[in-house]
Amino acid sequence: MEFYRTHVLVCAGTGCTSMDSRLLRQNLYEEIIKRGLEKEVKVIETGCFGFCNLGPIMVVYPEGTFYCQVKPQDAAQIVEEHFIKGRPVERLLYQHEKETTDVVEMENIEFFKHQKRVALHNCGLIDPENIEEYIAQDGYFALAHCLKDLTPLEVIDIIKKSGLRGRGGGGFPTGTKWEFAYKSKDDQKYVVCNADEGDPGAFMDRSILEGDPHGILEAMAIAGYAIGANQGYIYVRAEYPIAVERLKHAIKQAREYGLLGDHIFGTDFCFNIDIRLGAGAFVCGEETALLASTEGRRGEPRPRPPFPAVKGLFDKPTIINNVETFANVTKIIRNGWEWFASMGTEKSKGTKVFALAGKINNIGLIEIPMGTTLRTIIYDIGGGIPKGKKFKAAQTGGPSGGCLTEAHLDIPIDYDNLTAAGSMMGSGGLIVMDEDNCMVDIARFFLEFTQEESCGKCPPCRIGTKRMLEILDKITTGKGTPEDLDNLETLATTIKSASLCALGQTAPNPVLSTIKHFRKEYEAHIYDKKCPARVCQALLSYKIDPQKCKGCGLCARYCPAEAITGKIKEPFTIDVEKCIKCGDCITRCKFGAISKE
Amino acid sequence: MSCQCGSACKDERFVKIDQILDQNGRDESMLIQNLEQIQHFLGFLPEDVQAYLAEAMGIPLSKIYGVVTFYSLFTTEPIGKYKISICLGTACYVKGAGEIVAEFEKQLKIKVGQTTPDGRFTLAGCRCLGACGLAPVLNVNGKVFGRLTTDDVAGILAQFE
Ligand SMILES: Cc1cc2nc3c(=O)[nH]c(=O)nc-3n(C[C@H](O)[C@H](O)[C@H](O)COP(=O)(O)O)c2cc1C
Ligand code: SF4
Ligand code: SF4
Ligand code: FES
Ligand code: FES
Repeated sequence: MEFYRTHVLVCAGTGCTSMDSRLLRQNLYEEIIKRGLEKEVKVIETGCFGFCNLGPIMVVYPEGTFYCQVKPQDAAQIVEEHFIKGRPVERLLYQHEKETTDVVEMENIEFFKHQKRVALHNCGLIDPENIEEYIAQDGYFALAHCLKDLTPLEVIDIIKKSGLRGRGGGGFPTGTKWEFAYKSKDDQKYVVCNADEGDPGAFMDRSILEGDPHGILEAMAIAGYAIGANQGYIYVRAEYPIAVERLKHAIKQAREYGLLGDHIFGTDFCFNIDIRLGAGAFVCGEETALLASTEGRRGEPRPRPPFPAVKGLFDKPTIINNVETFANVTKIIRNGWEWFASMGTEKSKGTKVFALAGKINNIGLIEIPMGTTLRTIIYDIGGGIPKGKKFKAAQTGGPSGGCLTEAHLDIPIDYDNLTAAGSMMGSGGLIVMDEDNCMVDIARFFLEFTQEESCGKCPPCRIGTKRMLEILDKITTGKGTPEDLDNLETLATTIKSASLCALGQTAPNPVLSTIKHFRKEYEAHIYDKKCPARVCQALLSYKIDPQKCKGCGLCARYCPAEAITGKIKEPFTIDVEKCIKCGDCITRCKFGAISKE
Repeated sequence: MSCQCGSACKDERFVKIDQILDQNGRDESMLIQNLEQIQHFLGFLPEDVQAYLAEAMGIPLSKIYGVVTFYSLFTTEPIGKYKISICLGTACYVKGAGEIVAEFEKQLKIKVGQTTPDGRFTLAGCRCLGACGLAPVLNVNGKVFGRLTTDDVAGILAQFE
């Protein structure tokens, strides 16, 4: 085997790729070859490190030097200074909050310190396109162990004892689901991986697929062995091109190595995996809709029971698990259920990956032990709220979830506590909002999303969400009336109880939870016709401060509604009746004299 | 190679569709895959293409039409030379993606989902692009622009004039 003195890990996740990391890698290769270092320095393209905010990310081993915001044109200097002269390029090092010039290693950075990477273990560590690197991290050993040493029931028992619960949102115990499918007698069964990732602001599953595709293939094969299936499908969104390519490549490699296909490890077990593309419908994340879509039909849910474990894909017993659920399986088999069950809280074991985004300094992908508090996530890992603004709320569970407020900062995060707080774990989107976000507007945003995505099969969801959206439109445009809040709550109750699938059943949640925690904000919109966060355009009025106005007349020239008048060198004024609230004047004024409130 | 003879031989689009079907198979469960690849090749899925596919895969046209209209990925209208997909995922929305959309609508004088009359730009909304660290984000024919403000809009459009 070749020996390299230096390994350079460059992030090839979607976030960093958007910031030109592909060109950076290219330049590094070229500089290394130019200096004849190709036998000493190895460049490896990895999956997401999680610290996407500071991308492109690059780590140099054995030192563990953590570089961030590296630009393609920095390649020459890094090769020259660091790889040849052994001096890290200081200006690209991660800057500690406490202005030290010390080189900071990855594990000592506050962002990583509180994390525990189980599902994300290989992301940012190995080259996802190289099966040998996966194998070098004990890859496919768990599958070998299952096939050679364990019976299917023993595998199921380990997963059950580990306490692993589904990471796709529902939190159903994974081992129990597998047991149902095991007990369904049929000569054809299926394993399906749900990689539809419907939450519109999240990218956990995408990063796992991009960073560690073999981990999912191995776990699906283990599931196949456990329930007695010989065929798996990965249902992945067509909008994830990098993930789809890496999966295709990984499946091909695994077949070449005999780790998928017939008689795996010389046993009787045969297992194949194919990819099915999702085509952009949120409801297809729901398991029965997903099955319909995998069969090539419109993705409309059907009533359960029968559950997929009894009657699933092509009417055969099927298990459907989320990407992150599968990502935990191989580690549980390798390290033992006791290890997994030692992490987390009483009823929620292990870790959870969150896509941390919104008004937070360290936007990225994080994995924390269950039971970590929101405060640790936001202030330690997330580095707090930008520009010294005040924390207002955090939304979990995406369009099916709810918001957490300051009062919830110290509760340990797990399935049951989040549900008790009126939100839910969901698949892992965690959006932080500050004082500048309007909660009525956010509720409207989520409802507009679910309303658009309702498949239309059942009237409470199709029509009810439309009525709710109309009311929210009224409120945010200043036409709200006192009965609106009651009407919203009545509609919400009906939709929740009468919809066929969980899309409809959970669609009103963001509205209910914001009414519960931010009722005053709704009331300000309805009674005072004011948006306290100054977001809802129709409720703002534009004003010129006569003290600051120099009377230049620039704003008046650009106002499309001719709402601004005045005499040159004297303060101008805005006629609020004529003003169409386009905001053009604000951007024109060089003296900051125009404000909206 | 495009057909030069002018006689009633096969439309070159259909030749390509046959290739895609040969590669993926004609089983009904491959319908979404096939549609996706055909759209990738043609840009959109006009009715005659759907009819051809119905025949070739042995599936009723009504069913194909049902699938095409169900999934937001598929479009039956031609799209502009440059497709501006503005991320309307939650992370981008809380960081002001709505204002970016409004600015594009204003400058291009079209609404989201529409194409400029000269066929140059299509304005579309999309979900999380996986680059929330750069929010608000948009994508023009695969090129990503991040940390946007309304001031960036004119400059981005100018790059593709
Ligand atoms: C509207 C809707 C959308 C969903 N979207 C997803 C999704 O994007 N990814 C996912 O894994 N599960 C999603 N689910 C949950 C799945 O139906 C299912 O519970 C899950 O895939 C089971 O896997 P798990 O037990 O490993 O979590 C969704 C459910 C509903 C009702
Ligand atoms: S609840 Fe909504 S999404 Fe679910 S089946 Fe009914 S209409 Fe479709
Ligand atoms: S642009 Fe500003 S300074 Fe000039 S007239 Fe308008 S408000 Fe006054
Ligand atoms: S994509 Fe590079 S750190 Fe997340
Ligand atoms: S929400 Fe816009 S990139 Fe993620």
